Amino acid sequence: MWAAVLAACAACYLLKLAGMSVPPAVLEHPAVERVADLIPVALLAALVAVQVFASGSGLVLDARLAGLAFAVVALALRAPFLVVVFGAALVAALLRLAA
Amino acid sequence: MSDPEPELTARERRAILRDSIAVGVATGVYGVSFGAIAVTSGLTVAQTCALSLLMFTGASQFAFIGVVAAGASPWSGALTAALLGTRNTLYGLRLAPLLRLSAPVRLGAAHVVIDESTAMSVTRDSTAAARVGFWATGLSVFVCWNLATLAGALAGEGLGDPRTYGLDAAVGAAFLALLWPRLRDRRNQVVAVLAASVALGLVPITAAGVPVLAAGAVALLVGALTRGADPTEIPEPPHADPHHDPHHSDTDDSDPHQSDSQGPAGGGA
Repeated sequence: MWAAVLAACAACYLLKLAGMSVPPAVLEHPAVERVADLIPVALLAALVAVQVFASGSGLVLDARLAGLAFAVVALALRAPFLVVVFGAALVAALLRLAA
Repeated sequence: MSDPEPELTARERRAILRDSIAVGVATGVYGVSFGAIAVTSGLTVAQTCALSLLMFTGASQFAFIGVVAAGASPWSGALTAALLGTRNTLYGLRLAPLLRLSAPVRLGAAHVVIDESTAMSVTRDSTAAARVGFWATGLSVFVCWNLATLAGALAGEGLGDPRTYGLDAAVGAAFLALLWPRLRDRRNQVVAVLAASVALGLVPITAAGVPVLAAGAVALLVGALTRGADPTEIPEPPHADPHHDPHHSDTDDSDPHQSDSQGPAGGGA
């Protein structure tokens, strides 16, 4: 675990440093810009889906979906990050308690 | 150190400092959720704090623990985190000509290139103002984020099964909150739905960790197949007070092409 943690930290730092140091012409290409903008969108959307619906190698609907539904409403109402995150946890926890 | 730019007035400096520190504190407290979720995902307190100290980019940190919690190898967590870290490279490209830092200073500055420090400096119209916004935001997020991570990790340590407290649902909510500001754009919405579908389709037939990485291919494909100018997207920082920052809402359209980024925007001495 430690090796992966440190390698990921090093990679993230070098990516930041590269942007600050590399001449812009090397990376400033419209396709590169588009892909780099879309990567966080694609990965975060996939992470949401997998976190909420995956259970091992199966897909399930459980209390996590209610947590996500709360998050959608809270975000639409411009609630702060911590309200979104811990509110989703609370909704899921209460639902499990009731079940 | 020759700096041809005009000095900031004390008043301008104070206003930028105040806004930046407000954003820094508001963002930093998210660290509580990261710390708590990380230890209940199976990381030690030390590993959790190492991520906040050394990786210091929230989405990548959440991705790392999310992938690990799903039962995948830590290395697919690392790869996902690095992929998400690529957006900081783009931020650096925008910041470098504006901040104009010497090479040794860049080594330190690079570490605090994140969504919030970028958002609070790229809208400034002089190097001096951009530097104040960058450092004040970056450093205040860094301090608060790390303290909050430690507090969350220590609090999470005694919790036991994260499912009892719904913390598994909290991770999905955290990713959605990070994604949310990017969903105003129609193309991003399409990519998000495609990526989520690809990931879910792969869950039953691939090892944990693979579905998320494979969804990154959707970004590659759509990015390669579409065309048109695309300014770097920098999510709005939380609680940024628009009336202190008249350029705030311009981040989406003030710079539709990158060709002028060789020189700082204005300065106007």
